[in-house]
Amino acid sequence: MATISIETITVPDLSPLWLSIQLATVTTIALLLLGTPLSWWLAHTRSRLKAPIEAITALPLVLPPTVIGFYFLVFLSPQSLLGSAWISITGETLTFSFTGLVVASIVYSMPFMVQPLQSAFELIGRAPLEAAATLRASPFDAFRSVAAPMALRAYISAIVLTFAHTIGEFGVVLMVGGNIPGSTKVISIAIYEHVETINYADAHVLSAILIAFSFLVLLFVYAANKRFPLSVG
Amino acid sequence: MNQDLKIDARIAFDDFSLDVSHHSRLDGITGLFGPSGCGKSTMLRIIAGLERKAHGQVTFDGETWLDTTRNHFVEPHLRGVGYVFQEARLFPHLTVLGNLRFSEKRSRHLGTAIKLDDVIDALDLSELLSRTTTSLSGGERQRVAIARTLLTRPRLLLMDEPLSALDFRRKAAIIPYIERLPDLFEIPIIYVTHAIDEVARLVDRLLVLEDGRKMAEGPVHDVLERLDLQSSTGRFEAGVVLEAIVSAHDETFNLTHLTCCGQTITMPELDIPVGLPVRLRIRARDVALATSRPAGLSIRNVLEGIIAEIVEEPNTAFAETRVDIGGAGLRARITRASVADLGLKEGGPVFALVKSISFDRRGL
Repeated sequence: MATISIETITVPDLSPLWLSIQLATVTTIALLLLGTPLSWWLAHTRSRLKAPIEAITALPLVLPPTVIGFYFLVFLSPQSLLGSAWISITGETLTFSFTGLVVASIVYSMPFMVQPLQSAFELIGRAPLEAAATLRASPFDAFRSVAAPMALRAYISAIVLTFAHTIGEFGVVLMVGGNIPGSTKVISIAIYEHVETINYADAHVLSAILIAFSFLVLLFVYAANKRFPLSVG
Repeated sequence: MNQDLKIDARIAFDDFSLDVSHHSRLDGITGLFGPSGCGKSTMLRIIAGLERKAHGQVTFDGETWLDTTRNHFVEPHLRGVGYVFQEARLFPHLTVLGNLRFSEKRSRHLGTAIKLDDVIDALDLSELLSRTTTSLSGGERQRVAIARTLLTRPRLLLMDEPLSALDFRRKAAIIPYIERLPDLFEIPIIYVTHAIDEVARLVDRLLVLEDGRKMAEGPVHDVLERLDLQSSTGRFEAGVVLEAIVSAHDETFNLTHLTCCGQTITMPELDIPVGLPVRLRIRARDVALATSRPAGLSIRNVLEGIIAEIVEEPNTAFAETRVDIGGAGLRARITRASVADLGLKEGGPVFALVKSISFDRRGL
């Protein structure tokens, strides 16, 4: 058993931390772009497809990460249609690569972006959009200048939840990405590996960094949220 | 001003349907009147393009906004229609000035005949500009909403019961602003209401809807005078609007004499110069009838006339009568027993005793 003393604490390799931040940033930006139209559609549609699509976006909340990871492995593998097409275009595989991690993370973190936005858009309702239309704002203009600012709080929580959830992801990453330093070895995997190899000192340092980082992000968000209270409706 | 509005539209909801065909030249304030749920707001929303399921045609000023036979639909933001909603619908993330600028900057390319400062003055908003919209009173919210809508430089202004959420005093404070709008900014207005006092005060032409159908249409005094609109106007509030001219002031008793249809009407002193027109509203329940000129009576306004119509209401104590007082009509709600006792008949001479009159200083 390793004992912790001041002398044994050295700074471990921090590249898994940067990789996690990169992955979370790319995933969050991609989900902002994909989740906004999807949640807008879900909030306003009367289509019969609404319920099935809502159910599909919520699936990652209930499924074990290993199930999602397993199917990604199947559908993104070089033998699959998507995986082989990706190889012929880019020369890289989707599994065991950073791109594959991004694709998996987008799906896995989808509900954390879509659900807060959808309920905010539903709460805002059609009334302010109709008002904007009669004030000569096009539908996109009305979204940009009325709905989005009114949903600012929901955007802040959606971004934070998506980012934090992607940083904390483990099971899907392990199955789809494996453990390739600098490419798929994110912080949660690195911690797992340190623990497996009984390198508790490095596991402590990385875990402490993750706790401090997460706490500071959440603190900033809640403080900013309190300082700029934005009412809806 | 003077734009043609042609509407021939239908829409069906689960529990309600609207089917209206109407063509009119809009000038000043057109009232759209009827009981709650009769389709007034729906008709306004069809004109504005907010009801996508509407069928039929809507044409304004030679421009087709809706024609479902040609699959033609002009998006609401391209119609140039200003809409004042019942609940103001101010944007909560913007200040009062931010709300005004929202529309001002989106219509600046249309010319600056309507200026931000002029609108702020006209609606008395200079004190409110930096306030958040949530801190405003109901009356202030509606004034901001009206200003914001004017700043879209609309070709047509639609107002959907803008005063219904306000109490009597706040209403009275806003009405003068609204009645000046058509002249000040040269925009025709369609004004939806179910309040007869707002109709009498503001409206020039009236369109009455009931249960999704057009019931009547015409100049406001003609429409209000007609007996067949009882269910729309409500028996208690039913009445007529008359035009009169101020003829003299009586300083001793603080009275003002008016001339209406060649007869004199006396009212508590009005602050209106001699020779100017006023609009009077007389409710049917405030008019009594007599077969001879009564003596020893405190009521000052006794008008001579001929009974034009008597409609007895079956299974009630009442009858509605219309009295021709020399060109204009009065309505009187009396008991059926009185009709029998006094031997009142259509075409018979009668004296109408007017207990109460409300007036509107606006010129006609």
